[in-house]
Amino acid sequence: MRFGVVVFPGSNCDHDAWYAVSHNLGHQAEFIWHDSTSLGNADAVILPGGFSYGDYLRCGAIAKFSPVMTAIKKFAQDGGLVLGICNGFQILVESGLLPGALLRNRQLRFVCRPVTLRVETTSTPFTSAATKGQLIKVPVAHGEGCYFADQRTLDTLEAEDRVVMRYLDNPNGSLRDIAGICNEGRNVMGMMPHPERASDPLLGSTDGRVVLESMVRSLVAAHA
Amino acid sequence: MSDLAPSELAKVRAILGREPNQTETGIFTVMWSEHCSYKSSRLHLKKLPTRSERVLVGPGENAGIIDIGQGYAIAFKIESHNHPSFIEPFQGAATGVGGILRDIFTMGARPIAVLDAIRFGPLDDPECGDRNRRILEGVVEGISHYGNCFGVPTIGGETVFERCYNGNPLVNVFALGVFRHDEIFFGRASGIGNPVIYVGAKTGRDGIHGASMASAEFTEESKQKRPNVQVGDPFMEKLLLEACIEAMHTGAVVGIQDMGAAGLTCSTCEMGSRAETGVEIDLARVPQRESGMTPYEIMLSESQERMLLVAEKGREEEVFAVFRKWGLDAVTIGEVTGDGKLRVKDHGVVVAEIPNRELADEAPLYDRPHGVPPYRPAPMDAPDIPRSLDLNSNLLELLASGDLCSKRWIWQQYDQSVRTNTLQGPGGDAAIVRIKETGTSVAMSVDGNGRYCSLSPREGARLLVAECCRNLSAVGALPVAATNNLNFGNPERPEIMAQLVEAIEGIAEACKHFETPITGGNVSLYNETLGEAIWPTPVMGIVGLLKTAPPVTIPFRGEGRAVLLLGGLGTVDATRFGGTQYAKVVLNKMWGLPPALDMDYEKSVHTAIREVIAQGLAESSHDVGDGGLAVALSESCAEGIGASISLDTSLRPEFALFHEGPSRILVSTSQPEAVEKIARDNKIECLRLGVTMKERLQIGHNSDTWVDCRVERLREVWENALENLLNPISVG
Repeated sequence: MRFGVVVFPGSNCDHDAWYAVSHNLGHQAEFIWHDSTSLGNADAVILPGGFSYGDYLRCGAIAKFSPVMTAIKKFAQDGGLVLGICNGFQILVESGLLPGALLRNRQLRFVCRPVTLRVETTSTPFTSAATKGQLIKVPVAHGEGCYFADQRTLDTLEAEDRVVMRYLDNPNGSLRDIAGICNEGRNVMGMMPHPERASDPLLGSTDGRVVLESMVRSLVAAHA
Repeated sequence: MSDLAPSELAKVRAILGREPNQTETGIFTVMWSEHCSYKSSRLHLKKLPTRSERVLVGPGENAGIIDIGQGYAIAFKIESHNHPSFIEPFQGAATGVGGILRDIFTMGARPIAVLDAIRFGPLDDPECGDRNRRILEGVVEGISHYGNCFGVPTIGGETVFERCYNGNPLVNVFALGVFRHDEIFFGRASGIGNPVIYVGAKTGRDGIHGASMASAEFTEESKQKRPNVQVGDPFMEKLLLEACIEAMHTGAVVGIQDMGAAGLTCSTCEMGSRAETGVEIDLARVPQRESGMTPYEIMLSESQERMLLVAEKGREEEVFAVFRKWGLDAVTIGEVTGDGKLRVKDHGVVVAEIPNRELADEAPLYDRPHGVPPYRPAPMDAPDIPRSLDLNSNLLELLASGDLCSKRWIWQQYDQSVRTNTLQGPGGDAAIVRIKETGTSVAMSVDGNGRYCSLSPREGARLLVAECCRNLSAVGALPVAATNNLNFGNPERPEIMAQLVEAIEGIAEACKHFETPITGGNVSLYNETLGEAIWPTPVMGIVGLLKTAPPVTIPFRGEGRAVLLLGGLGTVDATRFGGTQYAKVVLNKMWGLPPALDMDYEKSVHTAIREVIAQGLAESSHDVGDGGLAVALSESCAEGIGASISLDTSLRPEFALFHEGPSRILVSTSQPEAVEKIARDNKIECLRLGVTMKERLQIGHNSDTWVDCRVERLREVWENALENLLNPISVG
């Protein structure tokens, strides 16, 4: 399968996502420059972590205007798989591909540590290889990861089984301990924790691979 | 502001054959400042060993480079940003990180690790506690802000609190990068006629005379120097990194250097001096952020995130294309000439003309008087050391103290795992990053010990090198090279200069012994506020090499394992106990000398532990350092497994538990005989202290119980102490 990894000038987890896909999973991964209007022949797209355009304004607020996001919106509308990790999640929210907002962490400090997540649903292409209720240990690294939405949006997300992952030990004050959500079409997911940093046995946890492996499985099924 | 001394001004006149104008005087003042010229320390720095088979580039370049095999190399260096961090902690620390990162990628290497050694006044200081807490929070946030956005993991270092840093905190940042041998670049303006290109951020009035500020003592007026502190933009730095590396790969770049201290001045004359060429620039072409800047201001600005590069004539467009792609300014501001001069024009009119070599390399050299004993802040004779009433609470008190407690609150604010190379992050004996391309890893240890060095700069410095090498060996790495940051007071005072000389000689002796040549570093002098100097505080950063493998870490991992002490219990007397954390925290006193070190024995311990680890015998490994054996054992219990320990010693309990003698490493293993054999082969002691067990740490002596505590309690006290110190419950 071919993954496209989007590179904004301030992306700094682009290489990590590329490495996890190409070296840890053994699939193809190619970089897509932010001013590209095409996604090439990618089967799935990853918006990696980092600081897109510096993010001195709200995280992702400028990235939503980049040419590549127009292509990604189209790709998502056509049912393509889009995974936003950390800054990628922030960009998806700013772009309106996912509801809600990511605010500054409640403690007002950047936090980087492993957290335990519970997989809340397996009926997404990002968690289909997991089991419902599975606990996975994956690092977070962000200053603005506190998920926020109004009551009704949160209720809708829950009712539609779109809260994909929750924190067991909430590191940032996210409402209802939300760590990751998907869109109505279930083909776009954003998550603050970094699965690509938990994909290599040498780094202490391979729990994050289940996200990428689920994507591969879904793509294979779709191609079959 | 440290202006040119009369003798220096005379030298300037002799070089120029005339009176310097204002711009030229400014240029000489910064280039000949202590910060840029090392005029007080250069004479003694020559005593340091700088060569080995692995050293590809030694001192004098932007960073040292060593070979790590398979065609790859690492560049690393440590630098201080002490003065700016006191005046403006957030930006001071942030730009400290920015500066050292540029030093690494200007050589062509991609930064893959940062470690910081930071020192403050005590957080509970009755007079300065509030300010110390604010400075710490600002410094940590600054490091976090810059490193996290740039995308380099911050994976270790140390945080120390002493009253001598109340008015003069220390922020020393170490960075390391990796590249192939054929990707190394130098700061050389070679090739007459080649264009000199300015890239990166625009020049503003920030940081003018920062280098001179960093070469002066703090006085009441220092607070007015806030405009001298630069403002950092990590996003710009990230763009600059990517663009520079991409530009280097075009093959059109001849030489490159960052604009750090002394900005445009330093980069132009140093690049010219190294290549024995001249450099001519016109300031009218320099991208400027503010209008109406004078030549003096442009030449001395320390605006961040700027680089100067020399390209091959005719291939400028290849370089410009890369910088356009990254949205950065890149402008030809001059060219390399054959006359060896730095010629600065403003709209075509010459405003400064100085020979490069004399400016960059012929700075005054001072043999400052040092024929007196180094200043000591404490008596030699030991006081009466009272018998401890409760060793258990002494241990808890130590674990809750600023120097020994967990620094989790700090390092959780740093991105430790970006780039997915971190095998061992903060909190280990040494940090480890893997090199994906080679299958090997690099371990790093950054350490200082101002307390020991204040008691004996020479012995303290040797202990420091030994400790770093021990930390590296404790994770299985072979120490191979070092960088140092010398933080001292005013070198014009003989008793301070004596500290500096003794410490440098101590480092030289130990670095020779442990075969870790110094490949570069930084000297920060005039660390004084209102006439009071900091303790002599050399900080070492030593790197080691090892195979890539899951790391051996500190915590005990299973019950029923033998706990061994490689190197033995060590010895101590009352005089050598005066620099310990027990003396500091429990007795609130300081005296005597640092622990005694036998460098041959120490080296054998290192060899032995590396062998133990290489053979896969160690389940856990931890260097016994500050706080002594009891603290090291407590730290080994951090993940819930305790131990039952029995000490066979004639030392009094305070000494046995808390002395800080070197050459000791705790190991837990299920194959104690094999470990003991390795110890015998290396002719070192190896004591079986006891066995791991669940839930409790018990330390006994014959039928006495010295320590008995639930592991959970030890962990709570140790992990929460820093947060408690930062958020004191207000009284009244």
